[in-house]
Amino acid sequence: MAKIELNNVTKSYGAVDVIKGIDLTIEKGEFMVFVGPSGCGKSTLLRLISGLEEITTGDMMFDGQRVNNVVPSERGIAMVFQSYALYPHMKVYDNMAFGMKLAKSDKGEIDRRVRNAAKMLQIDHLLDRLPRQLSGGQRQRVAIGRAIVRDPRVFLFDEPLSNLDAALRVQTRLEIAKLHHDMNDVTMIYVTHDQVEAMTLADRIAVLRDGKLMQVGTPAELYDNPNSIFVAGFIGSPKMNFITGEKAQAEGATTLGIRAEHIDLDEGGPWQGEVVHAEDLGSDHYLFVDIGTDEPVIVRRSGKLNVPLGTRVGLRPRPQDLHRFGPDEKPIRR
Amino acid sequence: MSNRSLLNTMGFYALVVIIVVFACFPFYYAIVTSFATGTQLFQVQYWPQQLSWTNYNAVLGNSTFVRSLFNSLFIASLTVGFSLLLAVTASYALARVRFRGRGLLLMTILAVSMFPQIAVLAGLFELIRFLGIFNTPWAMILSYVIFTLPFTVWVLTTFMRDLPVEIEEAAIVDGATPWVIISQVFLPLLWPALVTTGLLAFIGAWNEFLFALTFTSSETQRTVPVAIALLSGASQQEIPWGPIMAASVIVTVPLIVLVLIFQRKIVAGLTAGGVKG
Repeated sequence: MAKIELNNVTKSYGAVDVIKGIDLTIEKGEFMVFVGPSGCGKSTLLRLISGLEEITTGDMMFDGQRVNNVVPSERGIAMVFQSYALYPHMKVYDNMAFGMKLAKSDKGEIDRRVRNAAKMLQIDHLLDRLPRQLSGGQRQRVAIGRAIVRDPRVFLFDEPLSNLDAALRVQTRLEIAKLHHDMNDVTMIYVTHDQVEAMTLADRIAVLRDGKLMQVGTPAELYDNPNSIFVAGFIGSPKMNFITGEKAQAEGATTLGIRAEHIDLDEGGPWQGEVVHAEDLGSDHYLFVDIGTDEPVIVRRSGKLNVPLGTRVGLRPRPQDLHRFGPDEKPIRR
Repeated sequence: MSNRSLLNTMGFYALVVIIVVFACFPFYYAIVTSFATGTQLFQVQYWPQQLSWTNYNAVLGNSTFVRSLFNSLFIASLTVGFSLLLAVTASYALARVRFRGRGLLLMTILAVSMFPQIAVLAGLFELIRFLGIFNTPWAMILSYVIFTLPFTVWVLTTFMRDLPVEIEEAAIVDGATPWVIISQVFLPLLWPALVTTGLLAFIGAWNEFLFALTFTSSETQRTVPVAIALLSGASQQEIPWGPIMAASVIVTVPLIVLVLIFQRKIVAGLTAGGVKG
């Protein structure tokens, strides 16, 4: 419901610059994901938007209104923390109602909103329990419920799934996506280091590194047209293959990038090598082929594994899917 | 092998018995003596020969002693109340608010508790005269709070530091002021620490002697330890050991009861469930 603009925002702790000048506009109703390796400043950026940390220089605008010095509770935000951060001594109901009680809202209105949110997240049978009587997944839902009850302009998620096990993580991810779909026009900002979460949830992804924005775009844009080796390597699983040396120079690049699914087996292909390792995932499989580069090239093929280890194969990258990077790690446009 | 473990077990319990006897004997002997009368008082005896309530009747029949009991109760309770209020708010600042000189301040607070009572007695006496609270309970309350605070603040600061930051941040997002955070979010989580420090503060105030002796002049303002020390017998030469022992037992019982009550309240892992794990 809010449009958020960051104009040259920086954050320093003493002499250490954590956020080094970020310009970013997050549109109304958008699901924006901040992604990057640990220590890149993505959580700090989220905390700056929440107001839990003050920005050092620059401007932060919510719907055109400057909020640099507005306290978190008056920004119209709700935050879901990695560690859930529920109040341990309060029942689920009171956990969810706490913010509205502090705002001295009408009792009936509080009750209505808490029960609505609980129903939405299917935790209405847990309202009388204490957080310690809940499982991890249930606790995270209560934390999300607490955020919904606040009826915020912006939802902030700080790695909300990283404490859940794999199966629960996929399920909760779906629920967050559904939540965004159901709550029309709610702006959501989501921090994660997991690029799969970023790809599946985001309308747009912002990739950060060392306190700087590397690239902002839709998942498809980032996947198909990364603007640096860093983004190319960070987005996508398995990681994009990077080839340097003679083979790259043959294509007129310092570094050559090619995704695993864009390489075909072809006896007459330009790259010849030996299958040194293979992973069978059932629906498809990965071949690790040593073609004389530092790391083996990963080839993704559909169907069951049918190439024995040690086989000599030829590889042919699809020319239209080759990413050519120059010495500045930026792509060379054709 | 089994001989060895038997020996270990026996050794362990032998040591336990020694420690328990060592710690409890003085109090046990006081109980035994409190039931004795007349010349029995001056014979060494390890078992009560008779259960005579004479000493207890004498002490409890003494209206100034009962008055001192209530004085002590009043002073110790208020000391606990004031020091916990000040310590909780101070420790929130020391544990959670970043400001210059925080470490220095913590060390200064600790340093205050290093002075022996006798060193500050004269200065404190002047202060109390200046405030015009000499020979009132407030003189004791003030001085006890001064001496209790360093310990209370240190313990609570340590506890406060261990509370998850995210819970505080969640409360901030929910619109809680620092006072709401302290009173509605942290206080319920700090119960075990509050009970422990409050209990120790109470015991300290209840048993304190030097200040209580110095800052009171009339019988009606005395606290229990002073009253016991000044219990007088029939003549100048007679020290009334029997009533003194009975009084000592009487003043110890409330402390034991308090500890037993609050022991159940000290629940470990109260923060469980709030954050991951």
